[in-house]
Amino acid sequence: MIAQLTKNERQIALIILLVLSVCGLAMAAAGSGDPLGIHGAIVLLAGILGAFGVISGYYDPEPGDDRLDRYFDDPSRMGIILAMVWVVAALFVGDWIAWQLAYPDLTFDAAWSSFGRLRPVHTSGVIFGFGGNALIATSFYVLQRTSRARLPDQLSPWFVLLGYNLFCVIAATGYLMGVTQSKEYAEPEWYADIWLVIVWVTYFIIYLRTLVRRKEPHIYVSNWYYMAFILVVAILHIVNNLAVPVSLGHAKSYSAFSGVQDAMTQWWYGHNAVAFFLTAGFLGMMYYYLPVRAGRPIFSYRLSIISFWGITFMYMWAGSHHLHYTALPQWVQTLGMTFSIMLLVPSWASAGNALLTLNGAWHKVRDDATLRFMMVAAVFYGIVTFEGSFMAIRSVNSLSHYTDWTVGHVHVGALGWVAMITFGAIYASVPWLWKRERMYSGRLVEVHFWLALAGTVIYVFAMWNSGIIQGLMWRTYNESGTLAYSFVETVVAMHPYYIARAIGGLLFLIGALVGSYNIWMTIRTADQPADQRLADRPVPALAGVTAPQPAG
Amino acid sequence: MFNLHYQLERKTIGFLLAIIGVASIGGAVEIIPLFTIHQTVEDAPNMRVYTPLEIAGRNIYIREGCYACHSQMIRTLRDEVERYGPYSLAVESKYDHPMLWGSKRTGPDLARMGNKYSDEWHVRHLNNPRDVVPESVMPHYSWLGRTELRSDDLGAHLAALRKVGVPYTDDMIANARWDAYGQAAPDTPYAEGVTKRYGEATNVRAFDGKPGELTELDALVAYLQILGKLTDAAHKPVAAAGG
Repeated sequence: MIAQLTKNERQIALIILLVLSVCGLAMAAAGSGDPLGIHGAIVLLAGILGAFGVISGYYDPEPGDDRLDRYFDDPSRMGIILAMVWVVAALFVGDWIAWQLAYPDLTFDAAWSSFGRLRPVHTSGVIFGFGGNALIATSFYVLQRTSRARLPDQLSPWFVLLGYNLFCVIAATGYLMGVTQSKEYAEPEWYADIWLVIVWVTYFIIYLRTLVRRKEPHIYVSNWYYMAFILVVAILHIVNNLAVPVSLGHAKSYSAFSGVQDAMTQWWYGHNAVAFFLTAGFLGMMYYYLPVRAGRPIFSYRLSIISFWGITFMYMWAGSHHLHYTALPQWVQTLGMTFSIMLLVPSWASAGNALLTLNGAWHKVRDDATLRFMMVAAVFYGIVTFEGSFMAIRSVNSLSHYTDWTVGHVHVGALGWVAMITFGAIYASVPWLWKRERMYSGRLVEVHFWLALAGTVIYVFAMWNSGIIQGLMWRTYNESGTLAYSFVETVVAMHPYYIARAIGGLLFLIGALVGSYNIWMTIRTADQPADQRLADRPVPALAGVTAPQPAG
Repeated sequence: MFNLHYQLERKTIGFLLAIIGVASIGGAVEIIPLFTIHQTVEDAPNMRVYTPLEIAGRNIYIREGCYACHSQMIRTLRDEVERYGPYSLAVESKYDHPMLWGSKRTGPDLARMGNKYSDEWHVRHLNNPRDVVPESVMPHYSWLGRTELRSDDLGAHLAALRKVGVPYTDDMIANARWDAYGQAAPDTPYAEGVTKRYGEATNVRAFDGKPGELTELDALVAYLQILGKLTDAAHKPVAAAGG
């Protein structure tokens, strides 16, 4: 890892780690007696460990100029490993709190283990820990191949990956201590938010510097999506997290917005975290890995243009469908509903484009579980976007909102779409990245596929049932014209579905464990004698050598 | 159109600017007017601010993630109004930084929880929900009553809230710590300051049943007992919309 850095980069890394350690020390000192102090200690520890690592490899020989003839894939390898670590941890927490809803005493008498504190550990762990690492890892891989250009340097990709994981650790440990802004999917407090901005801007600059050095005249469609993901997430993150800290020694801050404006800003953020983190980023992944794995070109270039701009434009209007029948002015609710329904067009254009790309390769879908992961992901993407548009209709929402139907809907997307496309992309990338001929065990990929599919189906059917039943019970009147069920009667009715949901989640977790074992064994198996993918290298950037540029 | 795009996708910066432009429209149209159109939030001249103890309780509510299972937003639907009370108005969360409208009801809505149950009910319920509601799946929070409330920094909390727009006075900020103590200790001189600064209707009680000590349970119960009580605007026949 250090051996890949030039002398100059090693020095800059040490300076960054020194500054980080000083920040950690300052946080620990200013925040003594506050959770901020513990986070200061974690930051300080990260800085010291990092500096120790750099110093221990400081006098290693520098990498030669021949490094420029190869893509820089070390951060992608580490990103995939980290994604698998996060997914196992976050799915475990998710399944644990699913069992808590059926058996509430599974908190074991601790403050940190209650549903309210663990729930954001699950959601952030899955979305940011698993999804974010997978997006960073694959985006670096795809960016280099589709631009035929190497990443601009060796240090900044490591800064982005490790800095991002430091953010995730601060977030997750904060929730356990009760540090949260309470804004869903934007729970981390002000100092973590500022750190993420620094990391994110660096990520964006890497993307920009690589793209402007590209040897392909056109920017490939995957990169449109990855760029939209990086840019729009930055805008959303900065606006929604505007807040005033109690003091520089407090973890706690107060949101700049209140009431109805805060609700609208939060769900503008919340819905577009789904749109640009969980949709755009993973569509970028799909547009590269699915056609490559299937050995087929994308079905329609024009369809990909329509769906990209449709998603980029319309999603930003849709957030207010989270606030139907609330104190939000009705005109905003109506706009949100209208755009949510229109969103079905670009969404299905994407899903259809993916599935039609498989024409002529369906026999591969049958035989190759990796490609089948991606195919099923595209199907679930179609299902979840239809369901989302449907639930955004005000009268449907009056039933579904506040119930488990929403939870089911989210998991159609998270398990069926995001996790499936990611597992497909990871199973495709691991042999490429570690120069192996194939995964350690194809049968285990198959086992993982069926566990993931069964887990997803059980989970979402349980939640669809419980959500619709509870929504109907809440609004049922008896013959004398009063409400038929007390609230707690509807809680009791949920019990069997909560058990079924937890079993579905458990299957999905076991699948992820099988996948982690398979990936680990693939990495451990001996090197293949020769790299078969001779063309997998950037266009040389040496003076006098220019890439062929087609005219016009 | 596709020819235009064929050119656009060759320009890195142009493409980036296009993404920013296209993605900014929706949020701008929906969010900015909420700050400028006066009718968005109703007028409620008699609305009071949260006391320091209630703010501390609200922060515990946030810390424990209560919002993950309880909403504070009664929708304009008949069954919700009959189950929970008058539907929520925008003005009622005007001082909520951030809002806690919630998105899921694993437990019931709490927007009108204030003074619906006794303090003792809340204390027993938080200590172990299944003691009072046998079928409940809520975690227990028995340690709250054993944990002393951190009150030395409440003035700084109020000052931060003033920076984001809540009308706390210098007097309120200077006395925040003593007001928190006084609100849970009715027979002490500190209690008078609370009603003087926050109004006669303020709940001044030993919320956790132990007047001598100020615990996190005091704060959380004080907060739960004020929910929906900062203003009575929602109970008026026709809520007066701001002109």
